[in-house]
Amino acid sequence: MLELSDINSFYGKAHVLNDLGFSVARGQVVALLGRNGAGKTTTMKSIMQMVVPGSGSVRYNGQDITGWPTHKVAKLGLGYVPEERRIFTDLTVTENLEVGRQPARDGTVQWTEEMLFELFPNLAERRGNRGKALSGGEQQMLTIARTLMGNPSFVLLDEPSEGIAPVIVEQMAHVITQLKADGLTVLLSEQNLHFARAVADRAVIIEGGTTKFEGTLAELNAHPEIRDAYLSV
Amino acid sequence: MGLFIAQLITGLANAGALFMVASGLSLIFGVTRIVNFAHGSFYMLGAYIGYTLMQVLPGAVGFWGAILLAGIAVGVIGMLVEILVLRPVYRAPELFQLVATFGVILVVADLTLMIWGPEDLLGPRAPGLRGVIRIMGEPVPKYDIALLVITPIVALLLWYLIARTRVGVLVRAATQDREMVGALGVNQAWLFTGVFALGCGLAGLGGALQLPKGGADLLMDFNILTAVFVVVVIGGMGSLPGAYLAAVIISVVNVFGVTYLPQSTLVLIFVVMVLVLMIRPYGLFGRPEVAGEHGQVGEPEKPIRPAGTQVRLLVAAGIATLAALPLYGSSFSQVLATDILIFCLFAASLHFLMGLSGLVSFGHAAYFGGGAYVAALIVTHSNSPMELAFVLAPIGAGLGALIIGWVCLRLTGVYFAMLTLAFAQLLWSLVFQWGEVTGGDDGLVNIWPADWLNDTTVFFYLALILCIGGILAMRHVAHSPFGYALRAGRDSDRRAEATGINVKRVQWLGFGFAGMMAGLAGGLFVFSKGSVFPNEMEIARSFDALIVVFLGGVKTLAGGVVGAATFKGLEEVITRFEYWRLILGLLIIFVVIVMPEGIVGTARKWAERAGWLRGEETRKRKAREEAA
Ligand SMILES: Nc1ncnc2c1ncn2[C@@H]1O[C@H](COP(=O)(O)OP(=O)(O)OP(=O)(O)O)[C@@H](O)[C@H]1O
Ligand SMILES: [Mg+2]
Repeated sequence: MLELSDINSFYGKAHVLNDLGFSVARGQVVALLGRNGAGKTTTMKSIMQMVVPGSGSVRYNGQDITGWPTHKVAKLGLGYVPEERRIFTDLTVTENLEVGRQPARDGTVQWTEEMLFELFPNLAERRGNRGKALSGGEQQMLTIARTLMGNPSFVLLDEPSEGIAPVIVEQMAHVITQLKADGLTVLLSEQNLHFARAVADRAVIIEGGTTKFEGTLAELNAHPEIRDAYLSV
Repeated sequence: MGLFIAQLITGLANAGALFMVASGLSLIFGVTRIVNFAHGSFYMLGAYIGYTLMQVLPGAVGFWGAILLAGIAVGVIGMLVEILVLRPVYRAPELFQLVATFGVILVVADLTLMIWGPEDLLGPRAPGLRGVIRIMGEPVPKYDIALLVITPIVALLLWYLIARTRVGVLVRAATQDREMVGALGVNQAWLFTGVFALGCGLAGLGGALQLPKGGADLLMDFNILTAVFVVVVIGGMGSLPGAYLAAVIISVVNVFGVTYLPQSTLVLIFVVMVLVLMIRPYGLFGRPEVAGEHGQVGEPEKPIRPAGTQVRLLVAAGIATLAALPLYGSSFSQVLATDILIFCLFAASLHFLMGLSGLVSFGHAAYFGGGAYVAALIVTHSNSPMELAFVLAPIGAGLGALIIGWVCLRLTGVYFAMLTLAFAQLLWSLVFQWGEVTGGDDGLVNIWPADWLNDTTVFFYLALILCIGGILAMRHVAHSPFGYALRAGRDSDRRAEATGINVKRVQWLGFGFAGMMAGLAGGLFVFSKGSVFPNEMEIARSFDALIVVFLGGVKTLAGGVVGAATFKGLEEVITRFEYWRLILGLLIIFVVIVMPEGIVGTARKWAERAGWLRGEETRKRKAREEAA
């Protein structure tokens, strides 16, 4: 469904992704793993064309989307949940969801506010509050809910378990399983295996902007030396 | 009491147009990060278009319809301007878009002159609202009462749009993080266009609404701009309630000022502004700007290198050619060269400030004109020798810059810039209104240099030495530890502080130094012309300097000088045409779109590509060759 080949991405002159390539099949949950600074966020931004790759191609459903404007990529059904959350702190929860709202595409779940409040009960209680009044965990839920309002068929989650309480991490895992059951494809990034083990079917490990491993979690478990070489514990 | 209430009502009525223009400016800035200097021009267009429509459409329906249609028409014009002029330059460095809006000002000014002619137009009276009603015995125009009702309605509609509709939600979201809005599938380009059209439409509406009170004239564009900047600074950038409250405060203060302090109405407004800022630095409802809040990314800055031998030789040859001018040039060419030199020094001083310290001043003419007025006032009011007056020009301007800089540096970014403009306008209004001392509009005349300098060629050499000397001095400072400290503060406030640099202090001194150099240029100017008028301090003069610096290229050391020489030379040729503003404006817009790195930056890129200069391109090619 999503295919990256020979991606090279830069920030100014800093060469961050180096001939990076991997693919994600429809309906899978794939974990993009790598240490601090490995290039996970840059990979996600390169998929969304928020960082336009200098060379290489990103194909989505067979279509080359390299160099497209970001909003068009989003309109195709790719939903991006940024690491820093980037919720609109001056807007209320409901308004944040409104920004994300897009018409449904064929074959995607059509989310409504009420469905999302069911999925994230904490948000329901705070729907009239401004983003800045939310806790870290609530903000994390809001940023996912906001992206789901766009009815994506493919969700990019950048370090969804980072910096939130264990209870909420569990809730996140539940949400991802739910999304998978609804037929969505998910690419999530993590620095370690803990969270990925609970939700992912496959893993891609990157280091220094290059793919070091691509395979199922079972394969990864069979090779602890790979994990030790490229991941933090 | 009756008079008081009558004046209060007039003040509130006057606030209407001001609020509409200011809220438009504020909205546009919030979403696009563009300070739309052309906003006054859209206001003016609204007035003229409204006037014409009122001539055509009959009766009360025609009158109000004309106002509405004028707003819509100006909105459409704004939309076209956004698509044709601004869209191509959104990717350019921040603030570069400003120059494009300067171009728009010039184009609109001349088109208006072309279509409607130079005469001031008297606004038609509103049907059914002619004459006055008496409130406690005092006459209040009926139209003022109407405005009193209309303005809150417009404000409420605007509030509804922003607070209650999807468009409003998107606008507010984009004001905070426009990249994220794009990542959620919203086409930013159309959001920008929409907001720009809305903002311009509001300005047009304001212009048409005030027709029965103020009519239409060709100075409206700049006249409203100052007031609008003051309103936005007082109210807080991006806040609609702030814009409303500030518009009311300013208009009421103005009306009372006209009655009780007719000599200092303008000054009074700025006093109010400074008072507000002392208590709330980001305006009544504003919030501090947070760097990087808006997800903007820019190219990393190229380090400024000391000039190579090639460049040095070129510059030396240029100076030698110039110094020999009296040998082959006419006296007129020497006068022209003196003008250009002075302007180069003035532009270079602004360039020094912007390029090295990253501080953008919208009101640099204050120090140029300030220097000129210091010298002229001393000559006029005391019997000091010219030499003393001349030396005091840069000193006076430098001190002024230190005082103003001290206040302005409490703010950052665009607030800082607007505040510098407000102060420049304060000085301008002082000079303009304090007729007994400054001569007001008539200026100060008969300010001639001492006998030994009173010769075109001798004065040309004086200008040559001082201007080149001043520019070299600034270059020298740029490469001194002080210059490095300025640049460190520009690039990263926090890191510079961490290395022990007192950033605010360094910036303050830099501001003072730039002001002093502008004052030197001003001193030369007044003695070369023999007179000085308030327009040497006005916004347009500050804008000239800004245009020149941006067109020359902010990030190159030569930018200011090259831009200034090009601009003055061009102006000399173009001003012979009747509609020279139109030509200049179109030229500016063209350069902005084609050369987003400025003349020097673009020339360097071309030269590098052609292999004349070593740089980026050659280095990359070498690296490739070595790799292969
Ligand atoms: N805006 C930027 N400008 C320059 N370099 C950057 C920028 N953003 C990231 N980098 C660099 O690019 C590399 C990859 O960063 P990236 O954020 O993609 O890593 P990551 O795997 O997401 O790390 P983390 O786990 O910390 O989120 C790092 O070395 C980082 O320093
Ligand atoms: Mg990251």
